[in-house]
Amino acid sequence: MADRAFSVARLPGFTAIAGLVFVCLYLPILVLVVYSFNSGRSVASFEGLSLHWYADAWANDRVVDATLRSLTIAACAAVISTVLATMAALGTTRRRAFKGQTFIYVMINQPLMVPEIVTAVALLILFASVKVATGYQGLGYLILAHSAFCIPFAYLPIRARLEGMDLTLETAAADLYASPWHAFRRVTLPLLLPGIAAGMMLAFVTSLDDVVITLFVQSAGQDTLPTYMLGQIRRQITTETYAISTVLLGLTVVLLTLFFALTRKKS
Amino acid sequence: MSKIAVEARNAVKAFGQGEHAVRALDDVSITIHQGEFFTLLGPSGCGKTTLLRLIAGFETPTSGTILLDGADITDLPPNKRPVNTVFQSYALFPHLTVAQNIAFGLEMLSRPRAEVAERVGRMLALVKLEALAERKTSQLSGGQQQRVALARALAPQPKVLLLDEPLSALDLQLRKEMQVELKRLQVETGITFVFVTHDQEEALTMSDRIGVMSAGKLQQVGAPRDIYTRPLNRFVASFIGETNFMAGQTVPGGVRLGCGATVDVVGTRPGAVTLTVRPEQVRIEPAGAGGIPAVLTSLVYFGTDTHCHLALSDGAEVVARVQNPTGGDVGLVQGQAVSLRFAPGAAQVLED
Repeated sequence: MADRAFSVARLPGFTAIAGLVFVCLYLPILVLVVYSFNSGRSVASFEGLSLHWYADAWANDRVVDATLRSLTIAACAAVISTVLATMAALGTTRRRAFKGQTFIYVMINQPLMVPEIVTAVALLILFASVKVATGYQGLGYLILAHSAFCIPFAYLPIRARLEGMDLTLETAAADLYASPWHAFRRVTLPLLLPGIAAGMMLAFVTSLDDVVITLFVQSAGQDTLPTYMLGQIRRQITTETYAISTVLLGLTVVLLTLFFALTRKKS
Repeated sequence: MSKIAVEARNAVKAFGQGEHAVRALDDVSITIHQGEFFTLLGPSGCGKTTLLRLIAGFETPTSGTILLDGADITDLPPNKRPVNTVFQSYALFPHLTVAQNIAFGLEMLSRPRAEVAERVGRMLALVKLEALAERKTSQLSGGQQQRVALARALAPQPKVLLLDEPLSALDLQLRKEMQVELKRLQVETGITFVFVTHDQEEALTMSDRIGVMSAGKLQQVGAPRDIYTRPLNRFVASFIGETNFMAGQTVPGGVRLGCGATVDVVGTRPGAVTLTVRPEQVRIEPAGAGGIPAVLTSLVYFGTDTHCHLALSDGAEVVARVQNPTGGDVGLVQGQAVSLRFAPGAAQVLED
């Protein structure tokens, strides 16, 4: 007898709908990647295979400058937000349930819920007065802003990892003469490391991709890669932008693959 | 009298607040001697694990004192107590090898590297796991993980080893082997073992003394033989082994049962009392032999012996366990009139 258990895959139209969704998701990206290798300047016709848009982007000082700035901000924001998220995750899981726990979760995940544009405007106003008061114009503002909205992205995988961890292990460490610090250092942290790495990668990718908050917070001459590309596209669509996008896509795919490899449950 | 290793004085542990508070441990006082294999026995929720966690330092008592070698350790955190635990789930560190797991406690005590290596080697030999020293613990079978947990807890040479139902996850065959193994380790190391279990057979076969617990209270403490043959109350009598309960009235020269017969008993209490007699201490004799008249209501064959259910003249039920003779049956039939006799000293008056 055939297996008669219910399966979504056997509903009529399943294959067609799934196929259409995948086409909608990936066709634009495929077009982008293909045209980034176009030898001609046209975005309408493919004239031949070439890497010269990649070479152009590489030779463009403004692109290199924006790339380095993006990577600097993303690296700093990823480290800061991951450290804070780790502490928050430890604080919310390594204790008995307490009153207002849900409220704390909401507070930590606030950047996921408040519209980004609201945060952007709020930061613009706050940082404007700080800039006037201190005269400081550096990257610090962007790093701070990025760190803040990256926290929930780092927090979620770390918390998931902590919740899946047997609390008895820390009890056993204490039983075997480990001080609270040693128990953390020798047992909790090594076991938590995949979660921390996953959280950091997610935070890094999130920061790298940000446009809205960056546009509002950045000072003159602080273009990141996404805001530089936006600026270029406003004037004319250049194939150089395709090349940069493809590189960013490649980087994201690598990081997300690592993320899934790290968070995958071991059998 | 040997020296006292662990002592609990009027230990109370309440969980929750106010009216909803549950007393997991209700005024328990206990002394455990040095070098003893002491078992805390009771059904789940009786407070035995709570008492173990108080000794380990994972919980602090609501009131009362815990002493180790005569010193008050009530407020000492677990990492400052020379006591180690074998956890029910083993709680082996999954990111460390077998040898690293065993070395953990010694390293935390900052013992010299050479000493750590030497002790780890000795422990591996003790639990017969030398070949698996470099394995990750996730690659081990349940029985092997159990041995690593034991070796890890024994390595720092604790004054007391606490074992929280360590055999419950093993299958029957392995459990029997580990029972023998645990007893051997305890004798070889001379360390005081405090063993928690709900398995009465485990308790009877391994322990020097047993503390039977129920509802947060210590019901009786004694050697396995005392606990089995001289239970103090109804709970202890029924939790350990099978037994008969009979209501009676204390009269000069014994206790008069509901059916009118008077029996010799151990212990006395005035007025209405409950008697207990183990089924294997009930003898079945031909009717009219001078014992208590009874009728066989049913026979259940158990391989080594037959359980004979008997009714006394007042309807009270008694079970007798009769050993099966080689190749034959016990020679009794349902409905047969017989006479019962309790073995001398077998009928015990209970406190409640």
